[in-house]
Amino acid sequence: MDFGLSPEQRMLRDAVDRLLREHCPLDHVREVAEGGHAVSAAVVAALSELGLSGIMVLEEHGGLGLGLLDALVVAEALGAAVAPVPFVARCVLAPLALRLAGTPAQQARWLPRIADGSARFGVGLTEVVNRRDGGGVTAADGTLSGSALFVLDSADADAFVIADQGGQLHLVAGEADGLERLPLSTIDLTRSVGELRLDGVAAEPLGEDDGGTANRLVAAGRVLLAADSVGAGDVMIARAVDYAGEREQFGRVIGSFQAVKHMCAEMAARLEPCRSLVWYAAHAFDAVPDEALLMACHAKSHTGEVGRFVARTATEVHGGMGFTDLLGLHYWFKRIGFDRQLLGGPEIVRAEAAALQGWGKRAA
Amino acid sequence: MDLSYGPEYEAFRDELRAFIAENRHRAPAAPGAAQRAGADAVAWQQLLLEHGYTARTIPREYGGFGAEPDILTSRIIAEEFAAAGVPGGLSNQGISMLVPTLLELGTEEQKRRWIAPTLRGEIVWCQGYSEPGAGSDLAALRTSAREENGEFVINGQKIWTSTAHQADMIFCLVRTEADAPKHAGISYLIFSMKTPGIEVRPLRTMTGHAEFNETFFTDVRVPVDQIVGQRGQGWMVANATLGYERGMLGDPAALENRLAALVQLMHDERIDGVRAIDNAALCDRLVALQAEVAAMKFNGLRLLSNSLKGEPGGLAKLIVKLQSCELAHQISALAIDAMGELGLLYGGSRRERAGGSWQWNYMFQLGLIVGGGTAQIQKNIIAERGLGMPREPKLEHARAPKAEAA
Ligand SMILES: Cc1cc2nc3c(=O)[nH]c(=O)nc-3n(C[C@H](O)[C@H](O)[C@H](O)COP(=O)(O)OP(=O)(O)OC[C@H]3O[C@@H](n4cnc5c(N)ncnc54)[C@H](O)[C@@H]3O)c2cc1C
Repeated sequence: MDFGLSPEQRMLRDAVDRLLREHCPLDHVREVAEGGHAVSAAVVAALSELGLSGIMVLEEHGGLGLGLLDALVVAEALGAAVAPVPFVARCVLAPLALRLAGTPAQQARWLPRIADGSARFGVGLTEVVNRRDGGGVTAADGTLSGSALFVLDSADADAFVIADQGGQLHLVAGEADGLERLPLSTIDLTRSVGELRLDGVAAEPLGEDDGGTANRLVAAGRVLLAADSVGAGDVMIARAVDYAGEREQFGRVIGSFQAVKHMCAEMAARLEPCRSLVWYAAHAFDAVPDEALLMACHAKSHTGEVGRFVARTATEVHGGMGFTDLLGLHYWFKRIGFDRQLLGGPEIVRAEAAALQGWGKRAA
Repeated sequence: MDLSYGPEYEAFRDELRAFIAENRHRAPAAPGAAQRAGADAVAWQQLLLEHGYTARTIPREYGGFGAEPDILTSRIIAEEFAAAGVPGGLSNQGISMLVPTLLELGTEEQKRRWIAPTLRGEIVWCQGYSEPGAGSDLAALRTSAREENGEFVINGQKIWTSTAHQADMIFCLVRTEADAPKHAGISYLIFSMKTPGIEVRPLRTMTGHAEFNETFFTDVRVPVDQIVGQRGQGWMVANATLGYERGMLGDPAALENRLAALVQLMHDERIDGVRAIDNAALCDRLVALQAEVAAMKFNGLRLLSNSLKGEPGGLAKLIVKLQSCELAHQISALAIDAMGELGLLYGGSRRERAGGSWQWNYMFQLGLIVGGGTAQIQKNIIAERGLGMPREPKLEHARAPKAEAA
């Protein structure tokens, strides 16, 4: 028994951290975010150099053939660096969808291109998780109609994986007739999401099932968003601790006040178990299928709650400085806010977790 | 306990309702917290002042309505404006913080000069307390003022000065007694923001807007009679203002308004076709917040009754800022959760709800948990002053901080 990351996974984390330190310091994040791009071409290119666009693509299709736990290691590092790069949907969920449900022809067509970075996917799953007024996609005769909200990694995407309301997945070309892309702007300027308006758009079914694949994709996405928050939360705690060690009030560093120490200790006490939880959730996804969906729910809802606590508490430790733009702390705050809401906030996800176990009546 | 409204109160209520019905078309849209009141808001304020629906108990010679303090009329006014969804009288740092401070501690001349135009919305004030080295430890402030030819000459820097970029005047803490112990060396000055030597630099915050500023003073000259209280008494005056600030930040009427907006939002938003308010988990959180808002509302009524009887507010008063600011933040947090992904939209996005104001509030209210004395400082005050617990041991000696070189 060995609960922890493998030496390879730790090396991967080190490599990604090193790359991000070099290519993605906060100044760069600011420049990209304030420029309204949400995507740093330089960081995307550097990650591709490491082969990470093909992290989930099997070796026979030119990828690294790794699992969700490996992808999670990367997601945690990206969250820590608030890196403005499309990763969750583009590098993980899209190839995973093809791996799980694609025909050999679909796989052969798309996976090598995903691996070399020449096919850039966005993924729309929101309607499977919770459909809001104005959203919802229906399929008929090989076409899709309606609106897919919060399509992840949609900036400069040239193809999409879109779930319809029944949970069936579809492949849609970015240039298809009847497809309109509408940008959405959120608090988190390091993530790209958009709305797709579909009016009888030609679509290719991806697998044929009752939503099982879509549910697995949602689970994988949830684990990665939770991991992103663990990485981001980690940095917020570290920054709060550093600040508390420097800032003086009443003739002493504020970190010497028990109130401040307790804020930091409570953040750590709550976040540290989340790290283990998201690791296990990713492991379950890769190797313990019976637990995969439930653990993904736990990772997402619990880390969502803890993330919110860490984000506000670390800000409070910084006093007025935390509220300003000066230290850029809000980039992490907003990143964690985004992770919490996307693919289901805690209440919605907990209701699913209960339903998976036959508990309670699933709240509408 | 007697909360009955006698016939004369019901007549007052009818009168107020008729006034609102007749005049509501003249009411401005509720101004955002970071905005200076526009001409329509100033005109509305004037109308309310004339009818005694704001500044009701402030003496007439200072521009108020001069009515006797009365818990029921103030309650009726708050209720009716809230129920009609029409903004009541202006609330800002001048009206809610400086005016009561001057009433309590200002000279007759200061009251006559500053209160009326402030009430009318003609003078906007900002609060110059915090400095880079003096936040929670406010008494460590170093901005200096030396007296010279009948004037104070001010040098130094303030930070986090809300609305300084729009303000006409500032109430400002400065160190006048370089050799006195820390708390005894401070004076409270009021002066125009147009005085030569003042520079205001906006500071952008996490909301993406610049709600506050850095304010720099270089040889700023202020007549010596623009001091509130005596030289060296500024700490006492400042604490009076801080008390009013904490009352303003803890205003239960504001919480009730936010809660009403949240209830409306949860009726409007649907999840898989079902209203958010019918989602058991979200509804449970809503009802919990509703109970807490009710508790703060009645806590407010109790405090009002106490103060009319001249009794101290005690613990019930000391907890107001801490609890209300947290509650306001939690109301916005639930709104974001009820909107799900849509709760993330901001910055003028399509499909954004209420102009992104829930997200703005969620962030700004976190700022207010810090501003006006942080949550941790509030807890220290509750423990030490409210519960009589021992003070934390102090490392420092009550030595005066070095005043800014002048
Ligand atoms: C939105 C907003 C508006 C503001 N508007 C104004 C304004 O108009 N005018 C003005 O003068 N100021 C204003 N302020 C400043 C505000 O009053 C200060 O930010 C606040 O007093 C805290 O000071 P600080 O920022 O220096 O934090 P610090 O004092 O450095 O505090 C940092 C952390 O240390 C903790 N801490 C400090 N001392 C202790 C202690 N003894 N025990 C336990 N914990 C402690 C704090 O709780 C906090 O978590 C505003 C601030 C905000 C956020």
